Amino acid sequence: MHPALQGLLSIVLGVGGCVAYFYFSNQFLDKVLFPGRGPNAGRNITRANMIRPWLFLLPAIAALSIYLAYPVVETLRLSLTERLPGNQSQFVGLANYQQMVSEPKFWEAMRNNMLWLLVVPAFSTALGLLAAQLSDRVRWGNIAKSLIFMPMAISFVGAAVIWKLVYDTRPVDQDQIGVLNALYLFFGGSEPNTWLTLPVWNNFFLMIVLIWIQTGFAMVILSAALRGIPEETVEAAIVDGANPFQVFFKIKVPQIMGTVVVVWTTITIVVLKVFDIVFAMTNGQWETQVLANYMYDKLFRANDWGVGSASAMIIMLLVSPILVWNVYNARKEMR
Amino acid sequence: MTNLKLTGVEKTYAGNINVLNDINLDIKTGELIVFVGPSGCGKSTLLRMIAGLETITGGELTIDGERMNDMPPAQRGIAMVFQSYALYPHMTVRDNMSFALKLAKKNPAEIDAAIEKVAKTLQLTDYLDRLPKALSGGQRQRVAIGRSIVRDPKVYLFDEPLSNLDAALRVATRIEIAQLKESMPDSTMIYVTHDQVEAMTLATRIVVLANKGVAQVGSPLELYERPENEFVAQFIGSPAMNLLSGTVVDTGDFTTVRVENGGGVIRSSVPSSAELKGTSVNIGIRPEDMQPTTDDNFAFENRVEIAEALGEVTQVYFKPQSPGSTPVIAKLQGIHRDVRTQTMRMSADPSKVHLFADGRSLLYR
Repeated sequence: MHPALQGLLSIVLGVGGCVAYFYFSNQFLDKVLFPGRGPNAGRNITRANMIRPWLFLLPAIAALSIYLAYPVVETLRLSLTERLPGNQSQFVGLANYQQMVSEPKFWEAMRNNMLWLLVVPAFSTALGLLAAQLSDRVRWGNIAKSLIFMPMAISFVGAAVIWKLVYDTRPVDQDQIGVLNALYLFFGGSEPNTWLTLPVWNNFFLMIVLIWIQTGFAMVILSAALRGIPEETVEAAIVDGANPFQVFFKIKVPQIMGTVVVVWTTITIVVLKVFDIVFAMTNGQWETQVLANYMYDKLFRANDWGVGSASAMIIMLLVSPILVWNVYNARKEMR
Repeated sequence: MTNLKLTGVEKTYAGNINVLNDINLDIKTGELIVFVGPSGCGKSTLLRMIAGLETITGGELTIDGERMNDMPPAQRGIAMVFQSYALYPHMTVRDNMSFALKLAKKNPAEIDAAIEKVAKTLQLTDYLDRLPKALSGGQRQRVAIGRSIVRDPKVYLFDEPLSNLDAALRVATRIEIAQLKESMPDSTMIYVTHDQVEAMTLATRIVVLANKGVAQVGSPLELYERPENEFVAQFIGSPAMNLLSGTVVDTGDFTTVRVENGGGVIRSSVPSSAELKGTSVNIGIRPEDMQPTTDDNFAFENRVEIAEALGEVTQVYFKPQSPGSTPVIAKLQGIHRDVRTQTMRMSADPSKVHLFADGRSLLYR
């Protein structure tokens, strides 16, 4: 069958299946299990209404258990076992973790992740806030906003390919097609650099890609928050004698602090999971390894499911507290 | 001494939308000027133009002789109390009140002293370290007022400050504002409201705005007793002044008018000249000035359609004089149980009868 037809069929089956599930399960509940007539009509309707929420929740609960809860438990189990020949496995306690922390590559990944954690959310949020504030004041602001938001629509791998071209290096005697090298030479650089192999700096070149993507996200959310600020508080500040900078930093930003935290933590979670960009651009070479790529290396290249799962658990441990804080703040914002 | 002067002030928005035209006002120290008018008449816009939050597109605004048209708000010597209070939600009451002073780089001891003093007058001392969200509506309103007082401005601007409060609190706060004004006799205030009671009780002078301009400026009782035109006559007072059409039959120190569709005549103490004889005028009588009469000297005779007994007064709605016209309303003192469907003869004291020709009062001709 043609793949497009297959896709169409799966959409029809999927959506139709959902509709059919909700329709027939409710019909069954109301007509067969607890019919709303006869001597116990009132009691039956009450009971049916107590069960109904669970009918609607069931597909989500099932999907989450299969695709979220089970993998977590299984990863935890794998991180404590060692694979033996013949599809056997053996409980080894924390041996995988011990092996992992003795590897310099793991600590390099940890260090880089912390570096990403400090730089990317800070820059994305700050630039997003700046873009949100500035684009609100000009007539072509909406065009600027769509342009800044556009990278959000590009996959991480696609973005990585684009930026690989920006950082591209050609031999000295050829024209440079990488924008960065072209600029570097134009402003008096002696010879083209292979940017992605410059240790420490190359980390920042990778981070720029993610900042480029996440700034649009931060801008959209913060722009909405800025518009939610009561105009009268801004006018009151102007009457009180605040200049535009003071209005922004002392009146506007404090009022959207909750949203800033939500944006910051959301980007932090993205950063902790960053994989595609590093995988596609340097694959962790030249001291650019990050935890997610380290995990992929161990799991699928070295076929070491023990250490791979152990690093996955580490990522989860790092993400969880931030996630909890993020959800807590997001809920507070909604109130 | 403060003197705020508006000379030929205009407001035109982009696209030639003119909302205010040729506004002339002279406001002196110690006055409490109230801007009233129907919604959309530009009263808030005019206040915001004085504040500097809207540009003045024509004419001139001076404060103490200094042209203010292009002066930033903070340097005009004004303070503003907003309708929604506009407190900074992330700052404590103390920080809200000290914000302007800190921006002006006043010395901290001075700031503290000023805040303590204002907080004491406004009974906010116990709330200085609270956030606005932990205050009641009335307290927030007091913080907003306090925030303007600490700055010791030349002119206070109030933009419908009571409209977000519930009815009981509104009365209490209105009285507080009146007392506050009394305690600061040298302060000049401009107050925007659509509430007549606020205007009548607070103002030293009321500015009625309508049709892009000033309809009349005067003390509350001047406006009530001697309205310049039909608009002011009907705008001030509740229920609105009744307007009946009629024809002048006798002129002189008193004017006698025959009431159309009414069957009678009425005398007014408004003098008129002989050439007015035979012209048609509008007779304005406030509901509270309508008197039932039994003799033949009545203005009109009509059937009562609705009688609302409010206790102290009974509001009587007559059958419309002509189909589709607004019914005449009379306020009768005390309780009148059996007036509904009765036919009554009504008249009024000549001194309470206003006459308008082409919308303008004959008093001012």
